[in-house]
Amino acid sequence: MAGYIPVIGLEIHAELLTQSKVFCTCSASFGGTPNSRCCPVCSGFPGTLPVINQTAVEYAIKAGFALNCGINQFSVFDRKNYFYPDLPKAYQISQLNLPLCINGLVPVEYTENGEKKTHDIRINRIHLEEDAGKLTHNDLDGVSFADYNRCGIPLIEIVTEPDIGSAEEAKAFVEKVSLLLQYAGVCDCKMEQGSLRCDVNISIMKPTDTELGTRAEIKNLNSVKAIGRAIEFEIYRQSKLLDMGGRVVQETRRFDDNKGETKSMRSKENANDYRYFPEPDILQVNISDEQLSEIKAKMPEMPDKRLERYLADYAISETDALIIINNKIIADFYDEAVRTYNNPKAVCNFITGEMMRRINIGEIDINEITFTPEQLAKIVMMAETDVINKSNAKDVFRALVENPCDPEKIAADMGFVISNDSGKMIEVIEQVMSDNPKAVEQYKNGETKVFGFLMGQCSKALKGIATSKAIKDELEKRLSR
Amino acid sequence: MIFINETVASLRQKLDKKEISARELTQSYLDEISKTDVNLDSFVTVCTETALKQAESAQKKIDGGQALPLTGIPLAIKDNICTEGVLTTCASKMLDNFIPPYSATVIEKLSAQDAVFLGKTSMDEFAMGSTTQTAFRKKTKNPYDTEKVPGGSSGGSAAAVSAGLCAASLGSDTGGSIRQPSSFCGVTGLKPTYSRVSRYGLIAFASSLDQIGPIARSAEDCGIILNAISGFDPHDGTSSKKSPEDFTAKIGAGVKGLKIGIPKEFFSDAVDTEVKEAVLKAAETYKSMGAELVDCSLPSLKFAVAAYYLISSAEAASNLARFDGIKYGHRSEKGATFNELVKNSRSEGFGREVKRRIMLGNYALSSGYYDAYYGKAMALKQRFREEYKAIFEQCDFIITPTAPNTAFRMDDNITDPAKVYLADICTVTVNIASLPAITTTCGYDKTGMPIGMSLVGNMWNEAQIIGACDAFEKTFTKISPKGGR
Repeated sequence: MAGYIPVIGLEIHAELLTQSKVFCTCSASFGGTPNSRCCPVCSGFPGTLPVINQTAVEYAIKAGFALNCGINQFSVFDRKNYFYPDLPKAYQISQLNLPLCINGLVPVEYTENGEKKTHDIRINRIHLEEDAGKLTHNDLDGVSFADYNRCGIPLIEIVTEPDIGSAEEAKAFVEKVSLLLQYAGVCDCKMEQGSLRCDVNISIMKPTDTELGTRAEIKNLNSVKAIGRAIEFEIYRQSKLLDMGGRVVQETRRFDDNKGETKSMRSKENANDYRYFPEPDILQVNISDEQLSEIKAKMPEMPDKRLERYLADYAISETDALIIINNKIIADFYDEAVRTYNNPKAVCNFITGEMMRRINIGEIDINEITFTPEQLAKIVMMAETDVINKSNAKDVFRALVENPCDPEKIAADMGFVISNDSGKMIEVIEQVMSDNPKAVEQYKNGETKVFGFLMGQCSKALKGIATSKAIKDELEKRLSR
Repeated sequence: MIFINETVASLRQKLDKKEISARELTQSYLDEISKTDVNLDSFVTVCTETALKQAESAQKKIDGGQALPLTGIPLAIKDNICTEGVLTTCASKMLDNFIPPYSATVIEKLSAQDAVFLGKTSMDEFAMGSTTQTAFRKKTKNPYDTEKVPGGSSGGSAAAVSAGLCAASLGSDTGGSIRQPSSFCGVTGLKPTYSRVSRYGLIAFASSLDQIGPIARSAEDCGIILNAISGFDPHDGTSSKKSPEDFTAKIGAGVKGLKIGIPKEFFSDAVDTEVKEAVLKAAETYKSMGAELVDCSLPSLKFAVAAYYLISSAEAASNLARFDGIKYGHRSEKGATFNELVKNSRSEGFGREVKRRIMLGNYALSSGYYDAYYGKAMALKQRFREEYKAIFEQCDFIITPTAPNTAFRMDDNITDPAKVYLADICTVTVNIASLPAITTTCGYDKTGMPIGMSLVGNMWNEAQIIGACDAFEKTFTKISPKGGR
């Protein structure tokens, strides 16, 4: 089953970070007691009317700028009609023919089979719509519950052209879009909470084919990993089908995360006819040139600009800068920390080293960092100015993670603050040397590797008394006598 | 005491001069309702207790010298306008138990003036019809002849005003639903410019055409009520931000020097001779008052009914999709799955006419048919706007019959819906082109039934057509109905 080219297009749904919903004033925040964040408008009571939230329009346009789209200054909302228990009006207010943003471009870099690749993915459109509610089913009692809290949360749908050729590329694209939306400040992109969701359209074709194959749509993938696995499985499934002389049917499929397989949900014949028509309750959106430039002026610093700034102002390596920039929370944390202690290189090393390590092993929850950038900056500053030993900085940091408080107090309580008592230092070094005559002898005979052992003995005894550098200098001096 | 000849304006004076108290006035209307509405069936719900309470509170304002134009004036409200805590049924089995937790903006505005709400009036189910005979419970009768229909869909609101069961009422007009029943019941009804009055709380039939408006005993009353209910509403994004104006400003101003258009297509053979003659006679009256009559034309009128039924049914199909029996309204006892439950609830809850329009609307919007039906109808909307624009370059307003005929007998069982729809020909273009129009009685046919004429103005010109309507009313002697008594 070799020789097929996958053709993949994505639809990404991203919830916008507005305070209120898109057509009423209810809170748009995640969660809440079921049906505590809804009103007659978003729960579709008769006679109620939607009123457009201008911030949602602004955020959708910002998303457009972030993905290098053109903006339709004249835009129209439409009704998408279908019955489903999570859709109280039985239609979703969306945009069909005149979406807010069109024709974008997102460059992605990714590694495939050890090879670094870059590709520009075209964005067909971004339109603004409302999210639906959430259903929970209690199979035991055979009852279902509808929670309308999510109804009316502003959502943008980002639709790509079928430009994506592999699972790796798709994953890199979703990560890039997610990063750009976070930098634009319009979406928190928490896939696990559903604020970013992805549908995959995928078909395969032979290199010699002139027409695209029949595509399947895989709905509602809720992690980057699932996107990759679903694509891999679909390529396998469709290739096998074609190899066996079968054909792919146009249908909607669901991905089973446990089995790693996609399953048919409904075929094209059973697809809804959404009977779209222009939403008569919402006036057409007209965005003036002034409004557009105002929104553009409000765009936060995007990753490319931040990279330029880090390289120019902070003089850190591009590799380090990218590690930081590729996570907006880390990057913002870094900027704050540097504001407290203006040593970008040292702060960068500590964050990319010790802090990232603890994030990776799960000791720090990146979404709920309990300590402040100022506290981290203080630790780095203490280590850099020999207030504590560099090796002790990690211990102070660990204590900070466990129990956030003033790092200077932590260092003092742990006895790490160096007193710089040189008399005491010399005394200890001499003691260690006389306790270990054999090692001293070996060193003098050229076996310099024992230096580490002696240094360790001294450091242990001189904790909080002398800096490592001072101990090292003094020990070297005495050994070479 | 019966107040069948009293207007809002005259009641205002009686209240302010303490000739009658607000409570007495309200009680009189309530007594009349309980006596005669059994013969008319114009009210779905009567709010005796709350009305009397509102009257008490209005009286305090009057006593304190703080009375506004509608303080203590007893009104009736069409049953598709939401009233907090009071049944709002749309005259449908589907909403037979629906008590909204909010009030329409127009209700809030009237309450702010301490108006009194006597109750909710019957209508064609979901405002779809022109007879008030598709109502689930109260099939309203015409106060001039209880064997005849009151028109519709605001038949209850028009009949209640006509019979003196309220001082004035609110109706809604999507394709003539204020004007045609006002015409049939011999009262004055105003359909404001689209977006003049907030639609928030009006249970939607066709969102791009619906407007709430007053039904009253004079043009002046319509102006007084429009003053109260109009204006921008932050809850209705389509409501106009135009600054408030006094819609009674041209009362008494006459029509001297005004140009009145007579669009020939509205006087075709489809219109009864008696009706045509009465309307043209009214035009002559205007001429004798110093107005100039101008011949004009609305060439696309023949497409109006088709365009109207496509647009209104398409929007209705979508607007009425929310009635699924899940959150409120009628829920079927049968149905094991969501789809079955929705299907059964809707099948049981909606009447035949509503179902017909839902099917028509969904068909018109279906993939593959959209361009041929809904798309064409929207193109016609544009054409009507242009043709009216040309007309208003020639004249200040036009005069037309309000309906091709007068009220017909209930047992004139017209079974062909297409024929019934054609009778909307005189009113629907006004909605399609977002224009204001007012109807008043200009004569009576040989059986004594009222004949209505409509004055249609350019957008935002309510004050002018109200003034012109008033000028005619001052020359015309009305005949009161027996009112079911």
